Amino acid sequence: MPRLLQALALVSGLFLAACSQTDPTAGYNDPLESANRGVHAFNKGLDTAIVRPASKAYGTVLPKPVRQGVSNIASNLGEPSNVINNVMQGRLANAAHNTVRFVANSTIGLAGTFDVATAIGLEERDTDFGETLHVWGAQEGAYLELPLLGPSTSRDAVGTAVDFVLNPVETMFHDDVRKVQTATNIGSRLGDRNDFSNTVDSILYDSEDSYAQTRLTYLQNRRFKLGGSEAEVPYIDPYEDPYGQ
Amino acid sequence: MASNSTRRHVLAGLTSAGALLAMGAPAQALTTQQASALIGKVVDEVNTVISSGQSQDRMIAAFEKIFARYADVPIIARSALGVAARSASSPQMNAFTEAFQGYMARKYGKRFREFQGGKIEVSSAKQVKSFFEVSTTVRVPGSAPYDVKFLVSDKSGKDLFFNLIIEGINMLASEREEIGAMLDSRKGNLDLLIRDLKTAG
Repeated sequence: MPRLLQALALVSGLFLAACSQTDPTAGYNDPLESANRGVHAFNKGLDTAIVRPASKAYGTVLPKPVRQGVSNIASNLGEPSNVINNVMQGRLANAAHNTVRFVANSTIGLAGTFDVATAIGLEERDTDFGETLHVWGAQEGAYLELPLLGPSTSRDAVGTAVDFVLNPVETMFHDDVRKVQTATNIGSRLGDRNDFSNTVDSILYDSEDSYAQTRLTYLQNRRFKLGGSEAEVPYIDPYEDPYGQ
Repeated sequence: MASNSTRRHVLAGLTSAGALLAMGAPAQALTTQQASALIGKVVDEVNTVISSGQSQDRMIAAFEKIFARYADVPIIARSALGVAARSASSPQMNAFTEAFQGYMARKYGKRFREFQGGKIEVSSAKQVKSFFEVSTTVRVPGSAPYDVKFLVSDKSGKDLFFNLIIEGINMLASEREEIGAMLDSRKGNLDLLIRDLKTAG
């Protein structure tokens, strides 16, 4: 199980960082900025050379309904992991919701190709171990940009590693299912890169400081999704304070 | 146009009169209902643009009109420029505001264009301090709904929105960071920034 050991090493290293106290309302905490900027330059180069052209090809070759099917299969294979996290979060209603989604989409939805659950009012409620750590009271920690995986925080990086290890599809399902999961995950990511190319290109290529824009966009969006006190940063009131001091 | 807007104000005044009396608020203050109605008009116009199937350039021109009419562009521009706005001359501020308006239309017009095939609806509104937060939901087939919030104020003398929060991402905060970075890399030269902003976004 070398993969498990690697993941555990990553977890233990990052856990210390995740435990460090930060004030989430202060905008961001980025003590590793110079290292992060290096990783950002690498990721951006990878996007320019491979991911962006591949996503364009993916979006051109495959019609929208096929791309939707691929992304539905990927989401469906993520449901067992969602359910485990829902249980650990104590959100049992969500655990039941996602279990029903998994059963309905895996059967009537033809192995997850069609999201029939959403059609009957059971919308997607995605979660991850980073959110579980948040529910358990772990602080956001430092901002991180991870190679290949992109923007994260020390808490979310631990979450990603734990999700990888705990994912029932990885540990309990047949090899072929794992291959389908890997392939559809890549397809789904390329599809998203293509569907949101305007926004992604605007952040990565049109902005003056793509690192700063990526950091701000990721952290604000992540805090919004997790909800709670971290999302409740007071609004800027430009009428009270027109120069932002 | 003039008689139309007068009538609209009278009607808005009549419908909110009861609520105002109950709250004891001054007669001219903006209400949750009015803020919500303003954003209702904005999203109606945005919906028309994103369902029109026009070219990107035409859509951006249409978004700029909506932005100029319903947003408090001068205060957004001033806030994005930050401390540098203090030492700017008034012709510089005018030129900056004009360039900023076009830049915002190009940048955010492209993002709203990603909602093509979808529809935006006002879902709720509430007062936050001295302004109003109007929440809208963007429904695009095949993806989970998006949350877009507009912040509305009447402090300019008109009811206008001054910020936009798309899935938690705050437009004012992003633009402060971005305009600040642009100014830094031009060594604080505002005229250079204005020149480059005319084609940025």
